[in-house]
Amino acid sequence: MSAGHSTYTPKSGIGRWMDARLPLPRLVYDSFVAYPVPRNLNYAYTFGGILSLMLVAQIVTGIVLAMHYAANTEVAFNSVEKIMRDVNSGWLIRYLHSNGASMFFIAVYVHIFRGLYYGSYKAPREMLWILGCIIYLLMMATAFMGYVLPWGQMSFWGATVITGFFTAIPLVGEWIQQLLLGGFAVDNPTLNRFFSLHYLLPFMIAGVVVLHVWALHVTGQTNPTGIEVKQKTDTVAFTPYATVKDAFAMVVFLALFAYFVFYIPNFLGHPDNYIEADALKTPAHIVPEWYFLPFYAILRAITFNIGPIDSKLGGVLAMFGAIAVLFVVPWLDTSKVRSAVYRPWFKLFFWLFVVNAIFLGWLGSRPAEGVYVAMAQGATLYYFAFFVVIMPVLGLVEKPRRLPNSITEAVLEKKSSAGAPATEQAKG
Amino acid sequence: MSATDSTEHTRRDFLYVATGVAGAVGAAGVAWPFIDQMRPDASTRALASIQVDVSGVEPGMSLTVKWRGRPVFIRNRTDKEIEEARAVALADLKDPVARNANIAADAPATDIDRSAGEGKENWLVMIGVCTHLGCVPLGQAGDFGGWFCPCHGSHYDTAGRIRKGPAPENLAVPTFEFVSDTVIQVG
Amino acid sequence: MRKGIFAMKSILNGLAALGLGLAAVTASNAAEYPIKKPVEQDWSFAGPFGTYDKGQLQRGFKVYREVCAACHSMNLVAFRNLEDLGYSEAQVRAIAAEYEVEDGPDDSGDMFMRAAKPSDRFPAPFANPQQAAASNSGAVPPDFSLIAKARAVERGFPTFVFDIFTQYAEAGPDYIHALLTGYEEDAEGHEVPEGTYYNPYFISSASLAMAPPLSEGMVTYDDGAPETVDQYSRDVSAFLMWAAEPHMEARKSTGFVVMVFLLLFGGLMYLTKRKIWADVH
Repeated sequence: MSAGHSTYTPKSGIGRWMDARLPLPRLVYDSFVAYPVPRNLNYAYTFGGILSLMLVAQIVTGIVLAMHYAANTEVAFNSVEKIMRDVNSGWLIRYLHSNGASMFFIAVYVHIFRGLYYGSYKAPREMLWILGCIIYLLMMATAFMGYVLPWGQMSFWGATVITGFFTAIPLVGEWIQQLLLGGFAVDNPTLNRFFSLHYLLPFMIAGVVVLHVWALHVTGQTNPTGIEVKQKTDTVAFTPYATVKDAFAMVVFLALFAYFVFYIPNFLGHPDNYIEADALKTPAHIVPEWYFLPFYAILRAITFNIGPIDSKLGGVLAMFGAIAVLFVVPWLDTSKVRSAVYRPWFKLFFWLFVVNAIFLGWLGSRPAEGVYVAMAQGATLYYFAFFVVIMPVLGLVEKPRRLPNSITEAVLEKKSSAGAPATEQAKG
Repeated sequence: MSATDSTEHTRRDFLYVATGVAGAVGAAGVAWPFIDQMRPDASTRALASIQVDVSGVEPGMSLTVKWRGRPVFIRNRTDKEIEEARAVALADLKDPVARNANIAADAPATDIDRSAGEGKENWLVMIGVCTHLGCVPLGQAGDFGGWFCPCHGSHYDTAGRIRKGPAPENLAVPTFEFVSDTVIQVG
Repeated sequence: MRKGIFAMKSILNGLAALGLGLAAVTASNAAEYPIKKPVEQDWSFAGPFGTYDKGQLQRGFKVYREVCAACHSMNLVAFRNLEDLGYSEAQVRAIAAEYEVEDGPDDSGDMFMRAAKPSDRFPAPFANPQQAAASNSGAVPPDFSLIAKARAVERGFPTFVFDIFTQYAEAGPDYIHALLTGYEEDAEGHEVPEGTYYNPYFISSASLAMAPPLSEGMVTYDDGAPETVDQYSRDVSAFLMWAAEPHMEARKSTGFVVMVFLLLFGGLMYLTKRKIWADVH
């Protein structure tokens, strides 16, 4: 997968035989052993590895759950409870899977924010960024459909509301919704197709992840300075340096995961989902899973008609727009400097954006009434302004700090400013 | 090479080995629940024994009940059937072992050892699954008046012993007991 | 970077203060239920090392059996599960035999009633939701298998953040206890429709269709525990928590082993990482 020359030399006869026929060991060696990574990557860069781990964990626990789950409205809820009560270690696997989804999103959000902060989307990494956006979209679709499967009240009404988005589309909206549901309301056909797709999509994610890693290995990683790798001393070999660092970060992340699974497994869930779905009774407050809350707040912030677009369609467009805008970020950012480290104003607006996103999330969990609506409108405005106003304008007007000449220089500068003796040896 | 260099090496090796071992232990710990979940679950295991009321089963009548997902034949044999079974010499049997889970594993396939035992010789309790490839034999059929498996033509006698055909063993007798005169507990 | 984090922190604090103020404002103008938040109780099963008190579960089961079970089903719990409460297999068999469940069809095609076995689940008091509604002035009494996880009063910001660290997961039993002990005569100006009973702790309105179900001395305890409404409520809440989360003890004890392992493994991993990176820095 890596560009440039392969340094792999098979050591044994079998190795040479294999290399001439299917050079898989060479591919692995070049991509995950000899592959050079910038030496100054911090722990924010370990989330790619963590995400791979979470994808595998979700697929493995999911396959096991599918051995016991039954996708039929008559028995779906009870089959999940059978897993929780009767299946050996079933409670563990189910809690791993449900909390795993949340952990997956925690990791992906850190990963996305890291990309935004260090300008990882900028040329020549646009494809890398767009593939990431596609993975994120697929993750959202997978998570949404997965949440429907336990067939609790939130499953049912979440599915009703989200498929309802499509009715906002003029003329064909109703038709599309019925197509998705396989009926006039969420029912057995909906549950069955969601189960089928929930099983399929993770493998599509895995496929796009392969492309994502491929694109990454073509351009190489960015790094906190945003300066491209120029010389050999700028990099270290992926193995053992990055592997061991990623592995350590994974263990720390697993500890967080385990804390939720074993001590507060229902903290991120909703009590109403322990009530079986009832098509005749809507819960008092329908709230999506926490990772959708910012978008839910944006959806509800549009309470007014914009010209010919009514508020319903407006809300749906704003919500999808909030994700769609991510795809064009590489072209919205006009700055010549990649990393926020050297962009004092961008740094400020970036952190404001993070806080704003969390604030939107909180608003998404509040009822859409009174002062919350006004706050959500303000926060939505900033969300879009960050991408379509601040990013292009700031790139033109901001005066960045002086950039070091190379990664090595940046590392040395940091060391001498920290007072450490500069005992840098040229690594060969 | 100085002495400190080699201790440094040992310490480093020890650290790597310890980390590797911890990782392996962790991986094994994670693997267990995923294997464990494949075993029969608690609700299945709770049904591992059933009680059957046989008060209505007159001589010459049979009852088929489901136990652990498979049929169990409970037959109240007629005197004629018992005599036929007793008349068979052990040497004529294809499988001379009783295959009765309630007695010794190597007990001979005499009629008494195939049946529910002394005083209950008329009762025959067997898993109704052909020992060839798992089909359910038909009752009171075949060349020996016992059971006949239509799938591949195995003939069992009135004590459920294989006499002719491809099946290798006598029909298995499951663990069971009479908890009262009229109730059999299977399993 | 450090500056950025500092700026973020101060902004967060500002926003948190703003959020609190606003929450207070909005809470007053919208009708929010419950009127009173449940009081947090001490539970033996709270915290990282929490375990069920078997005596309490047995008492709670007695309350459920003698009072609640008249209207509330517990469809997902089987008699065999009662062994968790400290009953022997024979005792479970005897308890099950006191219930009748429908079985069949028999040889003539009819359904028949027989004594329950440990593998059976608790029979429901009503044949179907329609019958349950008809017998309870239109309100279906909810099933109790999961009630302790299906009810939780929202904790609000910033309490829900602290809950992560205190491992607060007893909102269900706290709510049940508050509801059972929370009936009040004086409705304090709240509208109470005919046939409902004022309870400021009820999660979805000011009053509910269930009359106060417990009264002092109505269930006899043989272990000397006080026969008060408070104690009954406490015991039955604990029992319902068990019914909703029967594997909680295994979960927490497994969790301890896992956390210790991850701590050790993480430590080793960190040392290895430092060793390997030593020649780069």
